[in-house]
Amino acid sequence: MQSEVMFAGFGGQGILLSGKILAEAAMDKGMEVAWVPSYGPEMRGGTAYCTVVISDRPIGSPIIRNPMHLVAMNRPSLEKFAGVIKPGGVILINTSLIPISSGRKDVDEVQIQVTDIAKTLGSVRAANIVALGAFVARSKIIEFDILENAVRNEFKKKKEFISLNLAALQEGKKAAQA
Amino acid sequence: MGKILMKGNEAIGEAAIRAGCLNYFAYPITPQSEVAEYLARRMPEAGGVFLQGESEVAVSYMIFGASGCGERAFTTSSSPGISLMAEGMSYIAGGECPAVFVNIMRGGPGLGGILPSQADYLQATKGAGHGDYRMLVLAPASVQEAVEMVMTAFPLAEKYRNPVMILGDGLIGQMMEPVEFPDHLKTEPSNKDDWATNGMDTRKSDRRNLVKSLYLDPELLNSHNLKLKAKYDRMKREEIRYETYHTESDYRVLIVSYGTMSRVCRTAIDELRSQRLDVAMVRPKTVFPFPEQAVLVASEKESCEQVISIEMSMGQMVEDVERSVRGKRQVHWFGKCGGEVPTPEEVIDAIKALVK
Repeated sequence: MQSEVMFAGFGGQGILLSGKILAEAAMDKGMEVAWVPSYGPEMRGGTAYCTVVISDRPIGSPIIRNPMHLVAMNRPSLEKFAGVIKPGGVILINTSLIPISSGRKDVDEVQIQVTDIAKTLGSVRAANIVALGAFVARSKIIEFDILENAVRNEFKKKKEFISLNLAALQEGKKAAQA
Repeated sequence: MGKILMKGNEAIGEAAIRAGCLNYFAYPITPQSEVAEYLARRMPEAGGVFLQGESEVAVSYMIFGASGCGERAFTTSSSPGISLMAEGMSYIAGGECPAVFVNIMRGGPGLGGILPSQADYLQATKGAGHGDYRMLVLAPASVQEAVEMVMTAFPLAEKYRNPVMILGDGLIGQMMEPVEFPDHLKTEPSNKDDWATNGMDTRKSDRRNLVKSLYLDPELLNSHNLKLKAKYDRMKREEIRYETYHTESDYRVLIVSYGTMSRVCRTAIDELRSQRLDVAMVRPKTVFPFPEQAVLVASEKESCEQVISIEMSMGQMVEDVERSVRGKRQVHWFGKCGGEVPTPEEVIDAIKALVK
């Protein structure tokens, strides 16, 4: 069983980091993982995306044309990738910045004001983690406590950020289950 | 120790340190600059040296110098940088020094692009620089394999006193995968007293060593080249590495593919077999020496109708595949070279077009 998650947004939104945390969590669970970034000539503020492949078998192609799920943090990302997501997948839309829907009837579309939730928590920079929490809660791609551990590990050298990011995960989860 | 999630470039840097190499010289270039970024911090921690050269040409001679003095040394670069280092590689091979070069390939020719490519196959396997020399070229298909190949490259370079190249595409450098650094691949640098200019302190004799590639006497140069040739022949006998996929059962098409591209082919083969179209693969792990015999034997299977080389180039390895198959089967090529890695779907279409 293999699934793929594409995280996409502006450069600087922490897109690559949320993908990395998910990949770490899945690895900690004993899954095979690959984290594949876009590394084209992008500027800060340009689009950034990465794909995380999670599998119970060695991963063949790390290049995925049709990922299972999408976490879209800005409008260009949703417009670019909504059409390639597999039927039945989750499309998470950051409605703080995206005023449109995916237009897909065959996916589980989740609309969450990711950036606003992060601002309420005190840091817009935690938006990527809010989205990650919401996505994992909705897709159940991995157990939530494993994800929380991965967040603790990620910030172990910046301990002051752990509680903020754990709160971000929880708020994301709450929003996804509302 | 459990596995850790690492970017290929960082894992390559760490692997060199774990392999006991404490000299790293480099000049930054996408898509492998993270190796230098990582080692700029890690090398001093490990008691080693990182020096950024003023150019790739300079870097290749820093490698030559360190290696000639008996030190393990390595560098990393990407395609245009490797072209600049090619002169040094030739001198290092001529001077019979061990060295490890990592090429994280990007698209070419010229500046090309910064995305993954395998367009330096001929450069790596047939001789980047001038003169009659070859490099042992290892081609990883995952971050873990890149780690293992880097760690293996140092003793191999010392065994042959010759440059060894790790040939990876941009994705191998940029991708993150779980890795571990196997203890059994740690090696002690070989004793180099009989050839290196490493000082007379520990020498038992008062014989002085000279590292050089200049032989003006035609007879001496010829015999020097015969000696080098004997080393490359020995590589062909002792170092060929490859992996097969589904070659034990019948198949109509044989794919030959390496690096990231071979993983895409593996996914395509799984899908094709589920659609009852049997396809198999030989994946060279050394592209020099090339697994000629393995490709020949696999292509000679009675059920095998055609052979196809699938690579991120406009058809380079296909020349080695044709040579290996010796005209016994039709050999085709499929590939892309703009930086986009062909998808499994594109590979499936290419295979289906063959058997129509």
